[in-house]
Amino acid sequence: MITFLTKGILRDRSRSLFPVIVVTLTVAMIILFQGFLTGIMNSMFLDSAVVSTGHVKVMTRAYHEENQLLPNDLALLNAEQLGRELNREHPDYFWTPRITFGGLLDVPDENGETQAQGPVYALGIDFLSPGSRQIEIWKLERRLVDGRLPENANEVLLGTKLASRLGLSCGEIVTLIGSTMHNAFTTYNFTVVGTFKLNLGPVDRHMMLVDISGARLALDMENAASEILGYSNTLFYEDRDAVLLRNKFNTNHSDSTDIFSPIMIALRDANQMGTMVDWSDAAMAIMLVIFLVIVMVVLWNMGLMNGLRRYGEIGMRLAIGESKGQVYRSMIVESVIIGFIGTVIGTAMGLGLTYYMQEVGLDYSEAMESLISTDIIMSNVIYAQVTPELYFIGFIPGVLATVLGTMMAGRAIYKREMAQLFKELET
Amino acid sequence: MNKILILILSYSFLMGQSDDMTVQDIIKAMDNNLNAKSRVITSKMIVHGRRSSRTIESRNWVVGTDQAFTEYLSPPREAGTKMLKLDDKLWVYSPQTDRVIQISGHMLRQSVMGSDMSYNDMMEDRPLVELYEATLEGSIEIDGRDHWIMLLEAKVKGLSYPKRRAWIDKEYLLPMKEELYAKSGKLLKTSTMDGIRKIQGRWFPSRFIFKDALKRNSKGTEWVIDDIQFDVEIPEHIFLKAALRK
Repeated sequence: MITFLTKGILRDRSRSLFPVIVVTLTVAMIILFQGFLTGIMNSMFLDSAVVSTGHVKVMTRAYHEENQLLPNDLALLNAEQLGRELNREHPDYFWTPRITFGGLLDVPDENGETQAQGPVYALGIDFLSPGSRQIEIWKLERRLVDGRLPENANEVLLGTKLASRLGLSCGEIVTLIGSTMHNAFTTYNFTVVGTFKLNLGPVDRHMMLVDISGARLALDMENAASEILGYSNTLFYEDRDAVLLRNKFNTNHSDSTDIFSPIMIALRDANQMGTMVDWSDAAMAIMLVIFLVIVMVVLWNMGLMNGLRRYGEIGMRLAIGESKGQVYRSMIVESVIIGFIGTVIGTAMGLGLTYYMQEVGLDYSEAMESLISTDIIMSNVIYAQVTPELYFIGFIPGVLATVLGTMMAGRAIYKREMAQLFKELET
Repeated sequence: MNKILILILSYSFLMGQSDDMTVQDIIKAMDNNLNAKSRVITSKMIVHGRRSSRTIESRNWVVGTDQAFTEYLSPPREAGTKMLKLDDKLWVYSPQTDRVIQISGHMLRQSVMGSDMSYNDMMEDRPLVELYEATLEGSIEIDGRDHWIMLLEAKVKGLSYPKRRAWIDKEYLLPMKEELYAKSGKLLKTSTMDGIRKIQGRWFPSRFIFKDALKRNSKGTEWVIDDIQFDVEIPEHIFLKAALRK
């Protein structure tokens, strides 16, 4: 039966070409849109993950409660061992220690007296360990405006705005004034080796990046870390996986009676990112439903036109004894086959386009030129993202809409009066 | 009979002596006990953190209320750090960076060595009588000793604690307990003192305990005076900025 119907569809191009084209284009469009939306959202999530949240991160329960105050006296101790355990237990993620701290940067004059001073938001990042992916995920080589990347513990990178406010250039010495993890006063000299521009709004304005070994020396935090951040190896944020990992870790390692026991939070738990994650999921679902409805209406209309065109054929089949149910069912099977063919071609086309946009991206820096000074945390180039779900997501609207459209159009078969058939066929 | 009357009168006179003091007299007496022409102190500060406690030893040279020099002796990370206060200016020298840094503005509100004391607390040691208007709120017995309860309200602007309430021991004339408030009435800090000893004719505590009320779960900071000498000659050169690097 299926072979018979397939042959019929392939031989009668007028019956299959237009529906297949409609389904193909629709599915390709859905996949490209979905890929783009996922890419945009993931780019936003990645920016946030890179700067502060990670896809997941581990800290002490006490640090988590007061994290706005950057309370390094509540930092994780024995961070190296915890990092190794996380790498071993969760190899789908790569784990990196981070120290986040604030303070003042003091620029000395030739006599060692204060020449300029300003607040700094600093991150101690594991740049120098072998195999560290931090320079890659921070895209520092691309974001470096002047100088070079740090090569030892005492070298720092400054945001261009901070450097220009303090009148600093590469090679100069700055003194960090801050508090150790024991809350003691500390000063530490760093050499500025480069400046960078992240375009991440206010964060960028006061930002200093230093290797974690330098932060540890400055803040007396040997083998300690404010947090250990985890990133999926693909750098793609999968909310469900992150939430599962969080729950599993907290069940096995976190003790609610011990404020210094580690606790894991997912990206969705930090900085109201949960709303963003839910919004992105809802937006994708809404978009899918809208496409489904539009395609269904188009294919319903197409089914009606087909019904009119095949009015005689259906009448003949009913007249020679096929039941209305059989005719109706055969048309639905036909629509499944058309939907399937269209979806396969559309998926291939959509994936190809999405992959292209994933590699090349859409650069809208010129259009965003006027917005660069604002506080929007967004990259200037948006990339699509090929995800596993793109391989099957097209089948839902592609096949379902075709079938639903045919089912609605096919209701006309049941309205045919058997007694009138031959009279209709004569005319 | 006369002997008994004389005895009763003498006892009443002795007991009533401190109650006859005016509020101004009490504050001046407290200032006299706590301040001196000069003093040299060896002390240790025990900072009770949320995880562990740290002990920081230091030696201070103080002249009046305007000049103070502190050298930290231990632990090793802090050893060699020096602070110089001249009038309303404060400099810190760190041997790690070989830099002399002036602490000013909001930095003065930061904690000294992670303790519950801020740099502002260190700066404000002018006599209370110059800074506050006092009102006697009543008397109370604590641990078998009589105390006045006194409310002090700032009469000059810009103080860290515009309001403070003190429980003053009537014999020692020292604020055994103090609550330090913001202008809004919010409690910012508490301090207590104990181990009162008579040193060179004045009552002086051997231990202070400070607690920052804004720090959640703060366990406080103890400041233990190991040795104190009043009215000693201190060479002028100690209070030069150049002394910080020596």
